[in-house]
Order: sequence, then C-alpha cells, then structure tokens
Amino acid sequence: MNSEAAITVEDLTVAYGEKPVLWDVDLTVPSGVLMAIIGPNGAGKTTLIKAVLDLVNTAAGQVLIYGESYQKQRRLVGYVPQRGSVDWDFPTNVKDVVMMGRYGALGWLKRPGRQERDMALAALEKVGMSRYAERQISQLSGGQQQRVFLARALVQDALVYLMDEPFQGVDATTERAIVSLLQELRAQGRTVVVVHHDLQTVPEYFDWTALLNVRLIASGPVQEVFTEENLRLTYGGRVSFLRHGEPNGAPEAEKRTGERGI
Amino acid sequence: MSGEQIEIQVIASIVAAACALPGVFLVLRRMAMMSDAISHAILLGIVLAFFLVGDISSPLLILGAALSGVLTVSLVELVNKTGLVREDASIGLVFPLLFSIGVILISRYAYNIHIDIDAVLLGELAFAPFDRLFIYGRDLGPASIYVMGVILLLNLAFILIFYKELKVATFDAGLAAALGFTPGLIHYGLMGLVSVTAVGAFNAVGSILVVALMIAPPAAAYLLTDRLPRMIILSVLIGVLSAVSGFWAAILLDANIAGSMASVSGLVFLVVFLLAPERGLAAIARRRRRQKREFAGRVLVIHLLNHEGTPEEARESEVGHIEETLRWKEGFAKSVVGYSVKRGMVLTENGRLRLTEKGREFAGRSVVEEFIA
Amino acid sequence: MDVPGLFSDLFFDYTLRTIALGSAILGIVSGALGSYAVLRKQSLLGDAMSHAALPGIALAFLLTGSKMPLVLIVGAAAAGWVATLFIMSIVNTTRVKYDTALGMVLSVFFGFGLVLLTIIQKRPDATQAGLDKFLFGQAAALLERDVVTMGILGASAILITMLLWKEFKLLSFDPDFASTLGFPVRILDIILTTLIVIAIVLGLQTVGVVLMSAMIVAPAASARQWTDNLGIMIILSAFFGALAGISGALLSASVPRLPTGPTIVVSVSVIVIVSMLLAPRRGILWRWWRERRQRGRLRLEGILEDLYSLALEHNDPGHAHSLSVLRLMSAGKGGVEKSLEILSERGLVRAVRPGEWALTTAGLEEAEKTMSERSGMSDER
Repeated sequence: MNSEAAITVEDLTVAYGEKPVLWDVDLTVPSGVLMAIIGPNGAGKTTLIKAVLDLVNTAAGQVLIYGESYQKQRRLVGYVPQRGSVDWDFPTNVKDVVMMGRYGALGWLKRPGRQERDMALAALEKVGMSRYAERQISQLSGGQQQRVFLARALVQDALVYLMDEPFQGVDATTERAIVSLLQELRAQGRTVVVVHHDLQTVPEYFDWTALLNVRLIASGPVQEVFTEENLRLTYGGRVSFLRHGEPNGAPEAEKRTGERGI
Repeated sequence: MSGEQIEIQVIASIVAAACALPGVFLVLRRMAMMSDAISHAILLGIVLAFFLVGDISSPLLILGAALSGVLTVSLVELVNKTGLVREDASIGLVFPLLFSIGVILISRYAYNIHIDIDAVLLGELAFAPFDRLFIYGRDLGPASIYVMGVILLLNLAFILIFYKELKVATFDAGLAAALGFTPGLIHYGLMGLVSVTAVGAFNAVGSILVVALMIAPPAAAYLLTDRLPRMIILSVLIGVLSAVSGFWAAILLDANIAGSMASVSGLVFLVVFLLAPERGLAAIARRRRRQKREFAGRVLVIHLLNHEGTPEEARESEVGHIEETLRWKEGFAKSVVGYSVKRGMVLTENGRLRLTEKGREFAGRSVVEEFIA
Repeated sequence: MDVPGLFSDLFFDYTLRTIALGSAILGIVSGALGSYAVLRKQSLLGDAMSHAALPGIALAFLLTGSKMPLVLIVGAAAAGWVATLFIMSIVNTTRVKYDTALGMVLSVFFGFGLVLLTIIQKRPDATQAGLDKFLFGQAAALLERDVVTMGILGASAILITMLLWKEFKLLSFDPDFASTLGFPVRILDIILTTLIVIAIVLGLQTVGVVLMSAMIVAPAASARQWTDNLGIMIILSAFFGALAGISGALLSASVPRLPTGPTIVVSVSVIVIVSMLLAPRRGILWRWWRERRQRGRLRLEGILEDLYSLALEHNDPGHAHSLSVLRLMSAGKGGVEKSLEILSERGLVRAVRPGEWALTTAGLEEAEKTMSERSGMSDER
C-alpha cells in the first residue's frame, strides 16, 4: 500500500458561489511524508483540505486516497479542524471529545465503551493531557484545546492525517510537543498534511511542502521547492503574470517535481 | 366604497408606511428579531401605564409602551452581557416573560376593558373608524389617522435628520464612532422609534403582525435595489400596497384585515424572492446555468495551460480524457468543449485539444485575476 | 390556595390528573429537545416554527373537518417544516439575513393563520370552538386522548434522541468532523429538526403558538447553568420543563382567568432567573461572591508577600515595618489596616509596636508557600 501515493489531487477546481477558490490543482502527496501546505490568507489552503475530506463540492476534478475515493477510504483518514471551528462552551469534557474520534469506527447506534475510553486516555497521555481528562472543555487554554483535537485524531488511528493550522495560537511548549508528535506519526509510516502559516519553521518541521495560491505553485521535498523564487510566486501576487506566454519555459527543478509555472 | 372602507384603507396605509421606515434599518442592521421582542413586550408597558392612568386613550400609554420597548432592548443586552446564554437565546428568554406578564395582567384585572386578548394579537382595524376625533364638537375623522400620522411624521423626520448618521452607523459602526456619531445613541433612538411605532400600530394590527409590516416590505425591497434611499421608498410603497390589497382580500374572504395584510406582504416578498430581476431565484438559476458553462470553459483552458509542455500533456488533452480527469458528465464536457471551440479558445487536433493563443492568454489572465496579491 | 387539597386532586381528580400529565409530557419533551436547539444556536427557530404552526392547524381542520389531535398535530408539524424550509432557502439563496427571514416567516405565517381562523369562525357549520385555544393554550381543555397522543409522540421522540445519542452529540458539537467520519450530517440534521418540531407541536394545545418557543429555550438555558455534562443538562432541562409545565398548568386550571401559556412561561422564567443568579460556578451571584472572596484573599496574600520581601531586604524575618510603607507598597488599594488585623487574628503577623508590623514564623511559612504555589501555577499554563 505504501508504494502508492497517499493523496492524489487531480485537476481540482473548487468555487464558492461564483468565486473560484482553487483552480485546477494537481497534487500528489507520497505516502509517509510530513507536509506543510503554505500560502497567503485566502489562498485556498483550508478549502484544499476540506476538498480532500469531501466537505466541499468540487466544480471539477477529483481526490483519491490511496487510489480510491474518500468515501471508500475514510477510515484511513484523520482530521484536525481549526480550533475556532467549534463552540468550546459545549457541555462536554475532554475525554468525551477525544472519544468522538472513535465514533466513525463504532458505526451507528453503538455507544462508546471501555475500549474507547482506554484509547482516549492513552491518546491524552500522548499529548500530555491525561490530567485534564475530566476537565470541561471551556476551561482549556488555546494550546490545550489544540492538544485535545490532536488526541481525538490520534484515536482515529489513521494512515493519513489532515490538520488545519494546528499551531494556531498555541504557546512555544505546545508547538514543540505537537511537532515531535507529528514527526513520530511520520516515523510510524503515516502521512501528515498540515496547513501551516509560519514560513520560518517550514524547513525545520517538515520534509515535504506544497505552495498554494488559488492554484498550486509548487510541491515537493522542502529543500527543492521551498525556494525564494517559489515563495515570491506564491506570496508576490502579480509577479507570476510576467511569465505568461512562455508556457514551456518552466525551470528544470519545477518540472522534476511535477510542477509547472505559467 | 363606503366612507368607512376608505378610512380603514387610509389608516392601514399610514400604519404600513410608518412600520416600513424603521423596518428598513432593522433589516439592514440584522436586528429584525428585535422588532418581534419589542412588539410583544410593549404590551406590558401599555397595561402598566393603563393601571397608572386609568384611561385607555391617554397618550401616556404610548410613552409607557415606548419605555417598555427600550427596556426590553436593554434587558436583552444585559442578559447577553452575563455571557451565560447566547444572543438569540437572550431574546428568546426576555420577551416571552414580559409578554406573558402583560397577558396575565389583562386577563386577570382588565378583562372587561378595551384591551382584550384577541385585540392584542389581531388588532381591531375594522373598528378603528368608530373611534373618532372631535374638536369643539366637530368630527375630524378617526383618531388613529392622527395618532399614526404623527408617528409616521416622527419616523420620517428622524430618518431625514439623522440620515447620514443612520447610514454610517448601519454600515460601519466602528467608523461612526470614530467620526463622533455615537452609534449607541442612534441605536437607542431607532429602538425608541420602533417601540413608538409598534404601540401605534398595535391597536390597528396587533402585536405579531406589526412584525410582518416592519420586516417583509423592507426585505422585499432589499432584493430589488442596492441604494438605501430607493430601498426606503420601495419599502414604503410595498407596505402601502400590501395594506390596501390586504384590506380588499379580507373583504373578499370576510376575514381578519390585519392577518390578511400580513399575508399579502409575505406574498409580495415571495413574488420578489422568485422573480426579482437580479437577486430573484429565477434570475439566480438562469445566471448559474450560464455561468456554469462559462466557468467550466475557464476550468478547461486553465487545465490545458497547466499541462502544456509536461510529460502528461498528451494524455491530459485527449478529448475523451477530459470528462474523466475533470469528473464531468460526458454530455457536459462535450458542450464545454464545443463552447470553447466556438469562442476560439481551443482547437481540436487529432483527437487532442490545444490552446489557441487567445485561449492561452485568457487562461493566464483568469488565473492571475484570482490570485491574492 | 389549598395546597394539600391540590395534591389530593392531582391523584383523584380526572381533569387535574390529565392536565398535569399532559403538561409534564410537554415539559419533558420540549426541555430535552430544546437543549439541542439552544446548543445549536437555533433558539429563535423554535419561535418561527411555533407561530408557523397556526396556519397548519387551521388548514388541517379546514381540509379534514376533524379536530382529532393527531390531525391537527400533523398539520402543525407540516407547517412548521415548511416555515423552516422557507427560512433556509431564503437565507441560502438571497442576501436576506437569517434574522430577517425568521421574523418575516414567523409573522406572515401567523397572519395567514389568523386569516384562516377568522374564515373558520364564520363558517355556518363551524363546530370550530376551541381552535383559538391554540393561541395561548388551554390546559383545562386537555382530554385523555390528547394526552395519549402526546405521550406516544413524545416517547418516540425521546427514544430516537436516546438511540442517536452519540450522533446528535457529534452533530451539535462538530458537524464537519461528523461528516468526515461518514455520518450523513444532512439527514441527521433533518431528523433532529423534525424532533424539535414535534416537541413544539406537542405543547401547542397547552402553551399555545405564541409562547411555545419559550418552552424550547428557557428550560435548556436554565439547565446549562447547572452542569457541564450534556446528558445531565438534557435530563435537568426535561425536569425544569416538566416542573414549569405542571405548576403553570395547575395554577391556571385552578385560578380563574389565568391563561395557561403565559402562566407556564412565567414559571419557567422564574427557573431561568434563579438558575442564572444562583447556579454554582456560572451563576451571577455565585461569581460575584467568589470574586469578592478572591479579592480579599489576594489582598491578604499581597500584604504577606510585601512583608516577606521587606524581611528579605533586611535579612531579618522579625524586622518590623511601618504601616505607611505597607500602604505605599499596596499602591493605594486601601484596607491595609483591616487586612493586617485579619492576618494577626490568624497569627500570621504581629504588631511589634503600634503601627509597626512584622511576620510571625507561621506567617513566613505561609508567604513562602503562597509564592511558590503561584509560580507553580504559571508554569502550568
């Protein structure tokens, strides 16, 4: 299974109403990489992740997880949404939220039991939150909330993880803890895709990256595609227009990583 | 048409116009449900003021009701500030209580006077012409015309005098504060107006239908225009239209006039919702259909551009491959290709699609347009 | 009021027993399902659905000529659903906002309902008496067959929420995540909304369309203050709903000219007010009291720490310091003398000379303890 690509995005176009958010994105995420999706605000990073998870309607193209549709492979996928996407005043505690990660495997009507509880506690232990298992979720700090979401993804026991800004608003200690957790997941052969904001830490944390700004600018190993030129193309806006009209002039490095400039 | 019928229509029209004016700002400021809360809560104000004054026609009742309206708004804000419940819940907690106390007081202690419970909900438009204004023994017409007329003028004056402030406070509360208008003052002024209008209209159309006359016409107008002055005028016109045709519908069906006015105002919105030239359902559907193909055409040229000069180009540009790779239905893909060929964006060559120079430029421009600078 | 008499009537009087049972069912169902409405920020949707039920009831009667509770309930539920669909499609397809769509649908449907009611009332064959009790409810008019219908519908609604417990919880907390797990979020949403419509419809005969929304919002908002556990919240909310329903309905049935709906709303509002004031941890009075205590404790600790740092400077724990220095250090917060008195009562400080204070040995230990605790706490965050 690992010989195949973990995620294959083919010609993906997504539009909200009349406004395109992603234009014909082709992206292959090899199995077992720790990948950062970077790009300016509004570049479609979250939308890309949501498209992989089949949470948004696509105007064209498709996404495959290990060669099959998401609906067939969803047991293989774990998801960490943005922290702000839920109401943290919801009447429930940490352990309960983590157990939600098992709901999919449980299926309809069945209630979580002892096994699910043990898995949740083990996951909390892993993210350093076991002391907070019974804590009401509204009493958590931002970093703690993030750890809870990570623990919930861990109990999903997935092969492919998609995480939307897991470092958003967390303190330095939590950030280090999360990074070592992600690296551990990669060491186990899992694939981790992270929407990331802090360009400075990309080379340190990740081994693979995709630069996105409505369309894909480049993707590949960090040391190859995380270049000043590509960053300028991603963040510099209109700069890319200069190269219009020389469709065959894409530089060697980009071609090799399967990317094309315009 | 009898004189009475004409008088009822005049009153109904004035009520509708007076309601539509503050309603425009409620709709724009996303405070429509506040009118529901206020129009219910003023009942308590009316009853309490009646107990104090002992006269059902005293103007002090309007004052008491208006105060209770403003009190409702502050109570909702107070409950909000505790952070214990969300805003929608705090509205839902405050006004049912105030309204209930009002209803209980009426049915316990004032059940035989003018304000009975049916009137609270239904209004008594049909009886309005019987309550006449006499000065020195001369019949000057129904009293409600004067009461509602004054309220209409008040609303008009408020909007004309504070037009700029209202506009800024509605569209950008932060800017309004920076410019030195206090949005709080405008806010409470508006809430006061809503309360006074609701009290005046209460007698005629009842507490719940006040909401219909405040919300439905501005909502319809909102779908017809982008300009605030036009929206205000349209709201008033739609309100008056609903009032008059609602009256005739009620006569025809021998039914409650206020309910019929509310129904017609909803019907007008429904028609606008379906048929409005740009924002109506039909127009949106038409535009979507057109844009879908246009959009798909852009997807196609960008797809071709993305794969130009790559090893996969040959395969990605195969005519039969397009629908598969882009996940389009075969028929749709064919029509998009045909459309793009017709527009001179692509050529077919040996079963392959190729960008024309025009298509290449169009694709490049499309991509850059969506770029976030 | 004759309270013991009322209780014995409750068991032996047929009418009272019916009323109490009906109101209890209404309270339990609306309290339980209202919890989901409140948590999903749909508090006011209940208002729209219940007002919209009026034309449904009237149409059901006009079409069938029947006043069977089940017929009217089906009509009301259908109308509530249509109203919800209208609101959703207006919000989703146009720029008209949620609150406007809600207010408009609510009032227009209600207006249409009134038109139908007046038409019914004027029909010559009208055995219509009683349809208008749906406005404010009339507990005294509840019949046994009504209660049976309510019981069956309510029990099924509760049963479904229990079966779909984990699905509804996930749907309410994180619908996107639910969808990634493969749960059909749309269908779950429709089921839950339908159950809420059922809860509303059950209360229409007792509470009436005008005020039924309060029974959806108020018990749940009260219960939320007392607990952080969804299960307990729902049970508590059902209990509060039943409590308000029974007390309001019995009150209105035994006191003349006391309309049922408003009376129930007043009782449930009392529960809301008590909960918001007194609930442990969240309640307003509770928070106020705790803040006061904490302020007092912080002030005492501050003075202990000031004395401690002064002692450190002088390398002498027993060194006495004047009141004015301490006042200066507490930066005009006041109450220094009173705090010193409290501390000396606890044996933590002593007055060496009038106006000159020093730490005792116990005070020294206490100061060291609180300071290390505080630094430990900041580590944790």
